[in-house]
Amino acid sequence: MAMLPDKLEETISGTTVFNVSMPKDLSALADMTPLVIKFPYSINYLHSYAQDSPFFAGLANGRLLATRSSDRKSPKDPSRNYVYATPRGHCMYTGSKTDWVELPKRGRVHTFTVCYFGSEAFLPECPFVLALIEWEQADTLLLTRLMGVDPQKPSLDWVGMDVEARFRRNSQLNPTDVYFVPAGRRP
Amino acid sequence: MKAMRDVYMVAGGVSKFDKARHDVTFQAMVKEAFDYACHDRFLKRPIRVEDIDGSVASYFSDHFMRQLKAGAMVQDYLGLCPKPSHRVEGGGATGGLAFQEGWKAIASGYMDACVVYGWETMSHVETWKGNEFIALASDVSFDYPVGGFYTGYYAMMVVRHMKEFGTTAEQLAHVSVKNYRNAFHNPYAQKHEKLTIQDVRNSPMVAWPLTRRDICVMSDGAAVAVLCDEKAARTFTDRPVRITGIGRGTDAMRMADRPHEKVILLPWEDEKDYKHLKYPGVHSFRAGRAASKQAYEMAGIADARKDLDFIELHDAYSSSELQTYEDMGLCQYGEGGRWLQAGNPFMPRVEYGLDLPRKGTLPVNPSGGLIACGHPVGATGLMQAVFALWQLQERIGDHFGDTTLQVRSPQRGAIHSHAGTGTYVTVSILERAW
Repeated sequence: MAMLPDKLEETISGTTVFNVSMPKDLSALADMTPLVIKFPYSINYLHSYAQDSPFFAGLANGRLLATRSSDRKSPKDPSRNYVYATPRGHCMYTGSKTDWVELPKRGRVHTFTVCYFGSEAFLPECPFVLALIEWEQADTLLLTRLMGVDPQKPSLDWVGMDVEARFRRNSQLNPTDVYFVPAGRRP
Repeated sequence: MKAMRDVYMVAGGVSKFDKARHDVTFQAMVKEAFDYACHDRFLKRPIRVEDIDGSVASYFSDHFMRQLKAGAMVQDYLGLCPKPSHRVEGGGATGGLAFQEGWKAIASGYMDACVVYGWETMSHVETWKGNEFIALASDVSFDYPVGGFYTGYYAMMVVRHMKEFGTTAEQLAHVSVKNYRNAFHNPYAQKHEKLTIQDVRNSPMVAWPLTRRDICVMSDGAAVAVLCDEKAARTFTDRPVRITGIGRGTDAMRMADRPHEKVILLPWEDEKDYKHLKYPGVHSFRAGRAASKQAYEMAGIADARKDLDFIELHDAYSSSELQTYEDMGLCQYGEGGRWLQAGNPFMPRVEYGLDLPRKGTLPVNPSGGLIACGHPVGATGLMQAVFALWQLQERIGDHFGDTTLQVRSPQRGAIHSHAGTGTYVTVSILERAW
């Protein structure tokens, strides 16, 4: 069993106060500093995936889509054009419109990390593994979650590992509709 | 690129950086730094509002305070209305960009004296909500929803650096030990603790391999830089500092999109050294290399390894400090870990409890950097400028009340400000000019 930490966690929950007292002697007014108040703030956004929408539609159908430059060669394979594993509507080098292509399900871990803490929105999911995936058939990478590994035993050996794409059965139209697991595992 | 006329920095001020400055509003916090700069006791005479032609406001996030047009509120609080001003925002590089905007105002002749003020108040939300706001500085379609967390992004970058070059987590910890020990002598720093390599490695793991001690903290704080043309500079001080070079670079927002091609070479490098290196990938910051190259060329720096006496650089993470040594050409790409471990960027007169055979050849972050001083985003790049000014003026002892961190007779220093996993990076060169 791990030891308890030596202090209680600080939170901004607490008591609601509706009034404060006032000193009789106005020269003591500065002692009333600081008053700190709390209020909530929440918003719903309508965010369009716009020209990138086919990527998300592809994920919902178990397909991994990327975009290919129509006029720039791949530096690693001059027999084909430059492929963006994370889709872009226009080529970063030539400015021309890209074409949609499909990527194979199998790729390799280019780099990764295990997040034991995270942004507030993701804290409940900690620990989770972020990874960038590389393909022979593409020139850029894709950010994803890596599943099926032990988050307590991260190792540099994970870099270069063969992995394969899995898709959520119930699409959320989010980039996490696809995630990767070590290749060759039974689904 | 060439300035139309020379630009000088004459004064600077830094507020106390702290986890939460509930005692002052952001305007009053900037005023602390502004008053310190204008009443620097070594000025020939105080700088008055009527001496100032205009300003640049430097702050990053509208989310942290839920206050838009906050720059206008500082402008009126300082009594600078109706003089010209504009706000600059560029993530972590906001301060460096604002400093260069002030430079442009003077270099172009638009102003003779320009005050650049920066701040951030990050205490209005809890740490993990703050991390969420910062992570919004990643693509909200493709990156943020996967697990948006900046420490996670930087961790992935350094894991690739480790794989590519053999860099180790223990080497990274050397950065934290150095910056914490330096900050022990800097009263402006948020942290005053003496750490060992073990302390860094044993603190809670945040995103492997980065622990809590590899990461800067969120802060409330402000900093101010006063820039002038030559005539005004000579009016205010007999120790003016000239800004002899500025440089900026950029890279793709999504790390995934960065190229794997050829290294941008500095004059003292050879293409042969990088025959097998795919650049920048996610292990290096191409924007930092581009910014350095521009700034060095403008300042006439032939070899940064010999021509710089100190650097204040953007160490939001121990890993990004190490990676930046290489981008700035202090050592070859891949050599950062060894260059660090040999002691080169340490302070010659600070005791670190480490074996450092080449201790202090080129001090980096003598102030303690972001890791130990804190990182109130819009203030950080200007804090670096202020500490660089005081170094070059040889006034560190006067402002810090401790001479330990004074670099011996420095002639030239560099400041480096960095945003969004390397999307915007600035480098500015400051030189003694008396």
